[in-house]
Amino acid sequence: MNTQESLTYVRKNAAAALVKKYIPALVFLVLLLVSSLLSDAFFTSQNIFNLLRQLSGTTIISMGMLMVILTGGIDLSVGSVAAMTGVIFAYYLNSAGLGVALLMTFACAALTGLVTGYLVSFQNMAPFVATLASMTATRGIAYIVSKGTPIQIKNPMVLAFGKGSLFRIPFPVITAALVFAAVAFVLHYTSFGRFVQAIGSNETAVKLSGVRVQYYKWTVYIIVSCLCAFAGIISDGRSGVGSANIGNGMELDAIASCVIGGASLSGGKGSAANALMGVLILGMIGNIMNLMNVAGYPQQVIKGIIIVAAVLLQGNQKS
Amino acid sequence: MEEYCIRMENIKKSFGGIKVLRGINLKVRRGEIHALVGENGAGKSTLMKILSGAYKKDEGRIYIDGAAVEIGSPRKGRELGIGTVYQEFELAGDLSVAENMFLDRLDTHGLVHWKKLYRRAEQALKELGFEINPKEQAKNLSVAYQQVVEIAKVLSISTKILILDEPTAVLTPKESEKLFDTLRMLKQTGVSIIYISHRLEEIFEIADTITVMRDGEITGSSPKEDIGMEDVIRLMIGRELSTLYPLRDACIGEEILRVEHLSGNRFSDIGFSLCRGEILGISGLVGSGRTEIARAIFGADTRRSGEIYINGKEASIHSPADGVGLGIGLVPENRKEQALVLAMPIRHNVTMCNIKKVLGRLDIIRQRQEKALVGDLTKKLAVKADTIEAAVQNLSGGNQQKVVLAKWFNADSQVIILDEPTRGVDVGAKVEIYNLINQFAQRGLGVILISSELSEIIGMCDRVIVIDEGRQIGQLQKDELSELNIMKLAVGGTVR
Repeated sequence: MNTQESLTYVRKNAAAALVKKYIPALVFLVLLLVSSLLSDAFFTSQNIFNLLRQLSGTTIISMGMLMVILTGGIDLSVGSVAAMTGVIFAYYLNSAGLGVALLMTFACAALTGLVTGYLVSFQNMAPFVATLASMTATRGIAYIVSKGTPIQIKNPMVLAFGKGSLFRIPFPVITAALVFAAVAFVLHYTSFGRFVQAIGSNETAVKLSGVRVQYYKWTVYIIVSCLCAFAGIISDGRSGVGSANIGNGMELDAIASCVIGGASLSGGKGSAANALMGVLILGMIGNIMNLMNVAGYPQQVIKGIIIVAAVLLQGNQKS
Repeated sequence: MEEYCIRMENIKKSFGGIKVLRGINLKVRRGEIHALVGENGAGKSTLMKILSGAYKKDEGRIYIDGAAVEIGSPRKGRELGIGTVYQEFELAGDLSVAENMFLDRLDTHGLVHWKKLYRRAEQALKELGFEINPKEQAKNLSVAYQQVVEIAKVLSISTKILILDEPTAVLTPKESEKLFDTLRMLKQTGVSIIYISHRLEEIFEIADTITVMRDGEITGSSPKEDIGMEDVIRLMIGRELSTLYPLRDACIGEEILRVEHLSGNRFSDIGFSLCRGEILGISGLVGSGRTEIARAIFGADTRRSGEIYINGKEASIHSPADGVGLGIGLVPENRKEQALVLAMPIRHNVTMCNIKKVLGRLDIIRQRQEKALVGDLTKKLAVKADTIEAAVQNLSGGNQQKVVLAKWFNADSQVIILDEPTRGVDVGAKVEIYNLINQFAQRGLGVILISSELSEIIGMCDRVIVIDEGRQIGQLQKDELSELNIMKLAVGGTVR
């Protein structure tokens, strides 16, 4: 190849990459269109806001999961941590008030991330194993704290946060939007985001460039746990109870969302906007099937098929 | 019998509209070593992949022993007796040497006869002149030995045409000699060898016929006797190359780095000093501990004992971050795996060592400043790329290495350690890299150059220390530098 030819080659590649970048958005738009046609109940403001409110927790957690996946890791504990923090929040809310509850919730979340992150980055434990352990442990703590029964929440502010809205937009949705914006900003504009992505692509090269890779990986696990705490609190507010049973399978939804959004489980590839598309695609499929009265079990099968289709469409199965 | 073992006629190949081969005619005699040379991207590897069946040709005909053949798959190529050792290693790291060698025919009737397998592997390696434990996991071998296993693997299948793509890129001179002996032996038995290499000296040593490619065409082909090195270089790059190693007025200043009694994994009691503006060579065989010494100074490996002084002050170096913080830079031996984030653009790679330069409040990257900085550097280092937003994986080897050098230019290092900086880089880019190394020295940096190519060490360095089996066995000043003196030290006193 001479230079001229190799340059056109690069350009072609870039063009293909650009198209690829928007595949999740295209899938989202197509689904939106199909859903509106399939059911009159879909494109009503009540349904849309309900759907978004339901998805707010998944969105927040998926943003954290995306960061972990970008470093080449995975966090299986997100659902359990959300349940644990939800229960802890409810417990201290009743016994000590809002301030203490917030403090304790985020402290416990951070501590969880601190431990798993330490195991992954400093003890070289496989992220799958480390977070599998914390998934089990935190779920156990959730049951211990709640003594097996949901804790009733009476604090009006928390209930208003879960159920109320500002200019018709539910507070949980606003929170999710803010988290999304923050993560998108961090990934795109800061050195932290740059290195998180670079580590997933080639950890050795980043390390040999003098970057303290371990601290970045550690931080990512702390961030994802803290985001789980947001999801736990939102769940408390929405349902009015702190329950140890929430968040089952949440980790799979979050991972699926990232993957549908084009993220690579080997790290280095993925964006916040596309992960958000992933969340919306997955949520919309469930929603439209509910509206059309598709039974629960077939729903799962169809969801699985759509995940595979979305990934195949992007043609990056191997990466 | 047909005189030519291989005849390739009017071979054409395009990738996505880009003509990589534009009508190649190549004839290889039976029992000859046929060298194929050309810069990176000339089309050598593509041509060989067509011959071995890894790629399909768009046009043209191939004759093996006079008979027209269609080589549609690597399997078909192997059946025709064509064996290839590729540039990129294809060993399965967790498997043993023997398993790798006989991967596709481990078993007889579904069972593996391990004892026999190991014996056969050991035997095959011995025939090549190497003692390698066939039970060792492939990933534990040095790159040089991995290469040897690759060659043994190909030869273990009955092969009448052997294609070697840069086989000596990772070998030391002594190991290369061994390989050459093997090739000469194979030639005697009637095997035709196609030999791709960047090292012109060795091509003139071993080849019978030399064919030069440029931009997908053959620019010349003749018996070795009828062609000179200058001719080959001219045919390769289409211009005269006055001298490979640019002259430099060494301006050696005060001491910047001193290492005392450094010991670690695979080396012990290393001590030397390095001055500003000086290029210090570290010579020794692959596996002698050269790379490990470099990594220990940089902080990538932990050292067992010893002190490192920078500007006369004892330095505490326990991680690459410490090393970079104290002004040490490392250009590692494997740029794709150790130095570059291939999927990321040039811009992101260049600022990686010193992102602080372009950070604003809240660690936000000042993109405009970064673009200007990187644009400036890539221009200065003549990195050939459409834009600094191009992913590094789309660049040629030479340009990738320039990006690595740009990283350390940007990091304002005081000491830079280069481990095999011109490996797998074509001649034109080599000269450019030598110029950049000289620029590092001229800016007052201390430079340490590790290389297996003796001519490179002699051509570039002001002083050389020689390492053998992890021990520092001698030091040569500029006026004492010769291949003979280095080899004498490198192999002297030890029986291997």
